[in-house]
Amino acid sequence: MMEERKGFSAMLHDRVIPVGTILLVILVLWYGFAIFLNAPFERDQAARANTTISTSQLIANTMVQERPVLPAPHQVAAEIRKTVFDISPTSKRSLIYHGGVTLSSTLLGFAFGTLLGILLAIAIVHSRTLDKSLMPWIITSQTVPILAIAPMIIVVLNAVNITGLLPKAMISTYLSFFPVAVGMVKGLRSPEIMHLDLMRTYNASKAQVFWKLRWPASMPYLFTSMKIAVAISLVGAIVGELPTGAVAGIGARLLAGSYYGQTVQIWAALIAAALMAAILVSLIGIISTLVNRRMGVRS
Amino acid sequence: MTVVALRPKAKIMADAAPKNVIDVKDLSLVFQTNDGPVNALSNINLAVNSGEFVSFIGPSGCGKTTLLRVIADLEQPTSGSISVNGMTPSQAREKRAYGYVFQAAALYPWRTIGGNISLPLEVMGIPKEERKARIAKNLELVNLAGFDKKFPWQLSGGMQQRASIARALSFDPDMLLMDEPFGALDEIVRDHLNEQLLKLWAKTQKTVIFVTHSIPEAVFLSTKIVVMSPRPGRIHEIIDCNLGSERTLDIRETPEFLEIAHRVREGLRHGHSYDEAHL
Repeated sequence: MMEERKGFSAMLHDRVIPVGTILLVILVLWYGFAIFLNAPFERDQAARANTTISTSQLIANTMVQERPVLPAPHQVAAEIRKTVFDISPTSKRSLIYHGGVTLSSTLLGFAFGTLLGILLAIAIVHSRTLDKSLMPWIITSQTVPILAIAPMIIVVLNAVNITGLLPKAMISTYLSFFPVAVGMVKGLRSPEIMHLDLMRTYNASKAQVFWKLRWPASMPYLFTSMKIAVAISLVGAIVGELPTGAVAGIGARLLAGSYYGQTVQIWAALIAAALMAAILVSLIGIISTLVNRRMGVRS
Repeated sequence: MTVVALRPKAKIMADAAPKNVIDVKDLSLVFQTNDGPVNALSNINLAVNSGEFVSFIGPSGCGKTTLLRVIADLEQPTSGSISVNGMTPSQAREKRAYGYVFQAAALYPWRTIGGNISLPLEVMGIPKEERKARIAKNLELVNLAGFDKKFPWQLSGGMQQRASIARALSFDPDMLLMDEPFGALDEIVRDHLNEQLLKLWAKTQKTVIFVTHSIPEAVFLSTKIVVMSPRPGRIHEIIDCNLGSERTLDIRETPEFLEIAHRVREGLRHGHSYDEAHL
């Protein structure tokens, strides 16, 4: 049997080494592509100036361009450092400020979406009619491209003077209720027949069957769907920021970057969004672990 | 309190004139399936008296579990009549007349053993202090004292099934309905639990209905063995079985035991339970 590793050593072997290896591969590929994609511009420049450029000079130049096709990782890192640590978080040029704007609508939309998803699942599980009538609409709702419907929601809500956080949160809700509703329908139906029969022999009410059996049985499904929901809530919030005319948020940052060809800024915003999603998903993972421990799941 | 005080007297009366707790008359049950109707139960007549230990034995498909589920109001008969404690099965279920033990322990995995025994008590609205006392008392009864904080997966199969018996007894029903409760356990554990169940039955004086497909188990435990046969599911023979109240596993070597076991096997054979077509 393999010796069980503990503490720092376990962390190193289970997480740091595997994740670090992949990160290294990504960085190497990224640098390779940055050189390859940015080189034509440098050759072009050299040709115009009627000079030749050495390979080493060419490679060095591809990593410090102002508006590269693909910025090198260290350029993106420098941009993130500058916009996160050097600029005051209240400034409109701060990534913290924009991240905060996106995060607040993500979380609001996610909370609404999770609640809506759970309520729909409860209705569907307890009513055959709703199962037949609601489920097709829930699935249809997700076949509409979000990029098409998001501006409509923003415009319509603007017309009735609902602006700011709420319209963006609604787009997050629109996306995030779906995995929760589908997951929870499955979760609330997951109890075995024997477990349900047992409740019947006790003459338990529907509410008792729900709280003492269906709800606890659905917990693993809830957390799995919440992980998906929080990630697409973030996507929804970013998409919701695009049509508002680039006021604030990660989405606005992306849009402004593409207006002015600021590829470094775009990539910095993208990486920031990815990190936010990773942190949110991990947070749900941690809550899930805590709940599992309380529910006696064998680890 | 009055109920507790009356118990011994009620028992004496039961000895004098046995009280009928289950009365089944001409009961049939037809399942509608995609392959056409299936006669799960056909013309069942059965009377069970208070305090009896009745086993249903027969091959799979003979309707023994279905009959138990009809008594428990988990299946509805197609025709005939059935009364449980003088009521319809559904009224009896609403009055929580019986505790049901399934083939598997069916413990809720997110509840501790104590929490699982507490489940029916919570559903029935019994206050917390009383619940605590009953959990302790019933765990003691099945020799699981001190295991209340453990989760089901931390217990062996036999211990889990004992916990499920404690759960069925926790609200003190008059009747215990058991559907092959030891079927999934190995023979050694099974022998041990049979002995424990017999002691429990002697101590609590409950009416037990016990579904099994093991002849020695039925003969060892029962006061009455209902031999059933398949297609259609029906009662072939009812065999009285009185090996005295102080039985131990050794009784299985005695001529009386073997004689009854032989009669049960003959009954099963005459009911075509051993025919190739049914195997």
